[in-house]
This record gives sequence, C-alpha cells and structure tokens, in this order.
Amino acid sequence: MTVFIIRRLMQAILVVFLMSVIVFFGVNVIGDPVHMLVSPDADQADIEATIRRLGLDRPIWEQYLLFVSGAAQGNLGNSFIFGEPALKLILHHMPATLELAFSALFLAVAVGVPLGLYAGLYPDSPLSKGIMAGSILGFSLPTFWVGLMLIMLFAVELGWLPSTGRGDTGHILGIETSLATRDGLSHVLLPAMNLALLKISLAIRLTRAGVREAMGQDYVKYARAKGLSTRRIVFVHVLKNIMIPVVTVMGLEFGSLIGFSVVTESIFAWPGMGKLLIDAILQLDRPVVVAYLMIIVLFFVLINLIVDILYSILDPRVRLRDQGA
Amino acid sequence: MSDVLQVNALRTHFFTHAGVVKAVDGVDFTVRKGEVMGLVGESGSGKSITGFSILGLIDPPGRIVDGSIRFNGAEIANAPEPELQKLRGNRIAMIFQDPMMTLNPVLRIDTQMIEAILAHEDIPRQTAWERSRDALGLVGIPSPEERLRAYPHQLSGGMRQRVAIATAFLNRPDLIIADEPTTALDVTIQAQIIHEAQKLTRQTGTAMIWITHDLAVVAGLADHISVMYAGRIVEQGATDDVIDRPLHPYTVGLLGSVPSANKRGQRLYQIEGMTPNMLAMPTGCAFAPRCRAATPGCDTAPPITDIDGRHLRCHHPQTVGVAS
Amino acid sequence: MSDVIAPETAAPAAKVETPFRRFVSEFFESRIATVALCVLGLIILLAVLAPWITPQNPYDLAQVDVLDGRLPPGSEAFAGYTMWLGSDGSGRDLYSAILYGLRISLSVGVASGIIALAIGMAIGLLAAYAGGRTENIIMRVVDLQLSFPAALVALMLVAILGKGIDKIILALVVAQWAYYARTVRGTALVERNKEYVEAAQCLGLSRLRVVFRHILPNCLAPLIVVGTVQTAHAISLEATLSFLGVGLPQTEPSLGVLIANGFEYMLSGRYWISVFPGLALLFTVVSINLVGDQLRDVLNPRLKK
Repeated sequence: MTVFIIRRLMQAILVVFLMSVIVFFGVNVIGDPVHMLVSPDADQADIEATIRRLGLDRPIWEQYLLFVSGAAQGNLGNSFIFGEPALKLILHHMPATLELAFSALFLAVAVGVPLGLYAGLYPDSPLSKGIMAGSILGFSLPTFWVGLMLIMLFAVELGWLPSTGRGDTGHILGIETSLATRDGLSHVLLPAMNLALLKISLAIRLTRAGVREAMGQDYVKYARAKGLSTRRIVFVHVLKNIMIPVVTVMGLEFGSLIGFSVVTESIFAWPGMGKLLIDAILQLDRPVVVAYLMIIVLFFVLINLIVDILYSILDPRVRLRDQGA
Repeated sequence: MSDVLQVNALRTHFFTHAGVVKAVDGVDFTVRKGEVMGLVGESGSGKSITGFSILGLIDPPGRIVDGSIRFNGAEIANAPEPELQKLRGNRIAMIFQDPMMTLNPVLRIDTQMIEAILAHEDIPRQTAWERSRDALGLVGIPSPEERLRAYPHQLSGGMRQRVAIATAFLNRPDLIIADEPTTALDVTIQAQIIHEAQKLTRQTGTAMIWITHDLAVVAGLADHISVMYAGRIVEQGATDDVIDRPLHPYTVGLLGSVPSANKRGQRLYQIEGMTPNMLAMPTGCAFAPRCRAATPGCDTAPPITDIDGRHLRCHHPQTVGVAS
Repeated sequence: MSDVIAPETAAPAAKVETPFRRFVSEFFESRIATVALCVLGLIILLAVLAPWITPQNPYDLAQVDVLDGRLPPGSEAFAGYTMWLGSDGSGRDLYSAILYGLRISLSVGVASGIIALAIGMAIGLLAAYAGGRTENIIMRVVDLQLSFPAALVALMLVAILGKGIDKIILALVVAQWAYYARTVRGTALVERNKEYVEAAQCLGLSRLRVVFRHILPNCLAPLIVVGTVQTAHAISLEATLSFLGVGLPQTEPSLGVLIANGFEYMLSGRYWISVFPGLALLFTVVSINLVGDQLRDVLNPRLKK
C-alpha cells in the first residue's frame, strides 16, 4: 500500500513539473511576459524595473527556475485590480467554489445513482426509458444554457429561489459556508443543480451500465442461490461492485466540476474562483490568470492522486496488481 | 430410502426472439437421501438448466412451462419467490462451475459465508463466524481464521472451490446441486475436491446432484447416473450398470471417448457431428442424426423403456459396447 | 405466368447489398435518428442560405434601426417586415441574427473538428507506426491531456491567447486532438494484435504498409463517430466561451454571443433575446449528438448481432 502511494506520488510530482513548464512557456514564450505581467498603464521605468525583477534578461532556463521558486514561495505577482497577491486572492475565493462543487457532486450521486440503479434493475419500464432520455438530454445541453433556463424558470417566472450571489453564510466546523444557513442553501441550490446536471446524467449512465453488467454475473446468481434477499444482493453485492467505477469516475469528475464552475459561477454571480478568473480575463488582470492556472493544475493532479488511492482501497485487486508489478 | 427430490416431466423453455429453445424438455429423475446422482451431458444438453430449474433460478426469457419438482414431498416448481428463497442455500445449496466468477470479488470470504447463514437463521454474528470457520476446516483448508479475512483473489482456484463447498454445507442442506464444480480446476485438485465432497455427503447424509460432462468424474462418485442429451434424459441407471453396460448409443459414444489404460494405442472414439441446434430440433430422436445405429424409424420420438431396472429412450438399445 | 414473375424476382437479386447501402438502411431504422438528421440538414441549409432568406443583414448598420430594439416576437420592424422572433437590444431582427450566428457557430465547430481530426489522426498513426518508446511518450501526453476536461483546456488557452476566431479555433483544436489520437491508437492496438498483422510482418511487409493498409481503414468508422460527437462538443464549447465573453468578439456574433447579449434582458422578462438563439444552439447540438449516437450503434461491429 505504501509502495503504491509513493509511486503515485512520484508520478504526480512529475506531472506538476511538466505542467509548470507548459504554463511557463505559455505565459513567457508564446505570450509576451512583459505584457502579461505588467499593468497596462505602467510607464517605461516600471517596465524596465519589472523586467529586471523578473529576470527577463537572463537565459530561459534561469527564468524558469525563477518562476518556479517564485511560485513555490507563493509569489505569482500582484493583481492589477485588487493590488493583493494573486495567489491570496484565488485562495480567498476557493472555498465558495469548493462548496459549489461539493454540493453539485453530492447532488449528482444522490440523484444519479438511485435513478441509474432503478433504470438498471428495470430496464424495460417506462420510467427507466424516461430516465435514459433525460440523461441523453443532460449530456447534450450546454451548461450555461441550462443555467439560463433555471434562472428564468425558478427565479424570474416562479420567484422561488434567488438567482445571484451566495446568500448568508454560517460556520460549520469553523469553515465559512453557505450550507450553514437557510438563505445560503436557497442560494446554492440553483447553481449546484446547474453544475450537477451533466454529472447526474453521467452517474445515471454509469450506474445503469454497471448494474446491468453485474446482474448477469455469476456472483449474483450464486448470491441468489445462497438464498439472499434481493435487497442484500442489490445493495451489498451489486452496489459494492459498481461503486468502484462510479466513485472513480465521479471523483475524476470533481476536477471537471471545478472547471465547469467557471461557467456556472459567471451565470449565477457566485463569488468563487471561476468568476474571479473570468473577471480577470476580461479585465486583463494577468497575474490572477496565471495563479489560477497553476492552482487548477495542482488541483487536478491532487484529485487524480486521491482517486487512485481511493480506488486501490475499494478494489483490492488493484493493490495486488501493483505489488506484483 | 426416502426421496429427497422427485423431478417429473420437467420442461424449461426459453422464449427468445429467434424462437423457443427447449433447453429442458421432459426430464424425470429421483434423488434419495444421502445419494449422489451424476447428471452427465455435453454442454448445451440442458443439465445446468435442470439444476437452476430446481432452485427456481430461471430468468426471463426462460420459464418452467410444465412438470413437477417435489422437494421433501412439497411441490416447488414455480413456487412463490419468498418460499424458494427460504429453500435456497438452506435446504438446497448449489456449487457453481467457476469459483473465479462466483465469489464476489469485492467482499471478504467471511462476509460471503456469514451472510449465507444469517439469511436463514437469526443467530449472533459471532456464532455464524465460528460455524464458517469450522466449515472451512472440514473441507481441508489450513488456518481457516486467516482465510476468512481474505478476499477471493487471494486464494487459489482449488481453495476457492473448497470455500464454495464449505458454504454449500453451512446450513446442512438436504440436497446440493454441484454444477461442474471441478471443470475449471487442475486434475490433481479435481480429485481432492471430489474426495472432499464425497466425504461430506457421507458424513452429513446430504443428497447430491453432480452435474458434469465427464463420465469418468462421476464413475467413482455417483450412485446413479442420468445421461442427458438435447434437453432429455436418454439413459438412467445405477453407475456400475451404465458404465459397464451402456445401452444408449450416445452413452456408448461418451464412454468410448474417455481415454483409459486398457484402450492404449487405440484410436479414441469420437461422436460425429455436433449437438443439434436447439431452435431446430429433429422431430424424432434428437441423437439420430449422429447415431450409427439410426434407422428411418428413429424419426419418431422414442418412448421411455425399462430394461434391467434402467430407463432408456432409444429405439435401438445397444447390447454390447460397440465403442471398440 | 412464370414469364411475368421472373423479372420481379430477378430485380431484388440484382440489387447488390453494398456495405454502404446496408449502413444507410440500418441508420434509418431509428426514427429518432432520422428526425435528428432531417433537423440537422435543415439547420445547415438555413445557415448556408442565410443571406438570401433573411429580411435583414444584422451586421450591416445601415439596415439596423435602434428604434426597433427589444421588440417582442411578432412585432413589425420600422422597415416594414415582421420580426417573428423579436429583436435584440440594438434593434437587430433575431431571426436574421440567429441564421447568421448559426453560420459562425457551425463554421467554427466544423473547422476546429476537421483540423483536430487531421492532427489527432496523424499523431495517433505516428504512435501506431513508431511503437515502442515514441508510442509510450505520445500516449502519456494524450492521457495527461485527457485527464483535464476539454472545456478547461480551452478556457486556459483563451486566457493566454485572447479573443478572436483564429484563437478560438486553435484553442478548440488543442482541446480536442487527443480524443482523435486516442481513438486511432485504440483501433491500432486492436488491429495489431490480430493474426494477419503478425502474418504480414512475417511476410516482410513494411510496417508503413500495415499502418496505411490495415490500421487506417479500420480507424475510419470510429473516427467518424468521435468526429460527430466532438463537433457537437466544439460548437457547444465555443458557445460557452463566447457566452462568458472570452470567446468570439462582438464582431463575430455566434449563437453564444447572441445569448450573452440577451442575458441582461432576461431578468426583466425579455426572454426571447436569449431563448431563441439558445433553442437554435440546442437543436443543433442535440441533433448532432443523436446522429452521432446512431452512427456509433450502426458502425460499431461489436454491437451488431
């Protein structure tokens, strides 16, 4: 188990290293670093000072080392708009995004898995066919469009739920979150639903396919031959087997939820780091953009790592294979 | 000499898009207490479906369309599901062919054994655990406590099949249906498993139906043999009689294709042709197209005849082994 | 009598069932896919014919009257024609704007799809041809990229590159090539394990020949399927980026830009400015996806009975 984790950890470090090279080249070689990192209304002296400070007159590999050591110290430049360190700004907006993404993930599993289970157990029932048609639609509809429709229906027409902002926040375990208050929950519902839609469809499909495959397996027939109740077969034997792919994929999708939250946050004016990114792009606040990119890369690598480890805990065969290799 | 199981005129058909597959089409046999019956046939002959029919585990599009299955005197063919559920794993247990596929890969052995007990008895978990441990000891598994904590993939194939056998005996069933339990194993392991199973049936008085395609396997194990071909039992009798003096040409063929020391140097017999297409069965004797003894009269279905206390479905019973 | 019947029975026999014909007949077995294909055909036709079937060129300022702004569907424009779908904030006829927007959305989606397909296929074939370490490195890069969602990759790129139609296409290509490369490599892997490839190698046939004669033709079916789905994805992605204001500029108003323009009016109940371009986008993406689904079912030999 330890060997497994160490090996995965080394791979993760390699990926972060590679991505830092790519982001560095993206910003400093393809783009114009002076243009990217200096405020547009800076004068000539400012620009020269920055060039010297960033070491842009030095060889490229030295520049890269400077960039990495700066990043490691949490120094990715100051935001032009807010005058604060970009990294600090991003981290400050991160909880709101995580809150939204977790809510969406919860919705996706809580709604998608039961629906998928039903559709898998009774594939011919009209309800199952309805569920599957809905999931196809969920895959095809662009997220932002669904967001607009949700706002139009629930906020404008029905007036049931608020359409913008985060609402009142409270504290759970010392973390400031909208999930702690009624008002906050009502604010989180629409954006979380919007963000979750694609993942609900995914969870439905995965669960349904898993159930249908598992129900035909010998171990299910064997479990029936042992006289187990249908409930135990479905909820222990089948569910535990299909939760492996479902958890893996849904876990991997957590990263994409963070990514897609850019869209949802913009529509619902949710004060997370996605909205911060879009605002930064629109206002040419480049240090914030660079900081966001680095954070998101780190995030993805971390998620992949966690999912790998989770996977190995859930599926004992993975551990064995890795030890054998 | 009480009958544990009486199967009469059992028909299990599958209603597929392509047509009706008569997987089991009129099967009769009786298994007595403590007795081992060998159910022999090629793959596709309906022997496994017969086993699943007894347990009520036939899934759509399949269905028991006719016949009776009496277990300890009570009719269980098409019995309500809750009733069947009470029997399964409790009074009638089953051992499957491939131990790699039948044990759930993500559940530990103890979970899978204990649940088999707790499904039928309301006893403390600890008691169930102890019973599972003792059962593993009985089938010759060393350090059973350790094995109970293992996942299926950590055990060898033979070990897994022992676990399956131990599980089958957990609730002291009256009948065990073993569906080719040794086919997926090495020959040496095969012999050990057969030995364990035989020992346990003797000790517990459990009756057993041993399904196999290999006559040699049941020759030393079964009290009676039923030979199945294309959904019907074509020959039935005491093991020694069937092995020494086969009457049906198909049995003769099966025996001829078993390699043995006294046939060394001779060509092994091979039954020509293929198992018939289950969707387009011959109208008469299903074996006729492959049978050497077939005559034009074979296009009518042969009735069951009794010869020397054996049941037979053939127009031309063989008197001497013709396999040589 | 037999003389009369003969030509009739001979006729079907003469109709040789080519693979293409079988493919067509199997495709139209699904009613939903047939409808989707018709809708898609209609959408493409409308987009192509836009200049000739719209009452207004929405980007010719001489034809747009600000006084016509925000008119509900069915209103009459100052110039006299009826705005069946209403008008947007600056007085453009929405019906005209949508058809012109469709042109842009479809062009961007198809262009990026074709370029990504070409690049992905080339890289996938290179991996299959080279094998060994080259293949390993290429596939590592592909896997790495696929571990990031395409939307995020595209967003990261436009964040660095900036706005513009060329930059959007570039971003979409980079976000999507890996899907094609993986598809080609996947097929190559299957083919390479088949016995005839081994036989071909034993016969001394060159690896290049195996790649082009055997692997490439086998890739075509999966590539078509991936291509359809990815094109729908590209269209949807471009609309998303444009909606966020980081995609196409106002001078290239794709459907996403139109929807974004209508967003501010939506909260005040002027739904049509966003909803109609949105419906156009919806029909486009959903119909392409449904066609793609059916293509996959028909072209995938594993699913065939």
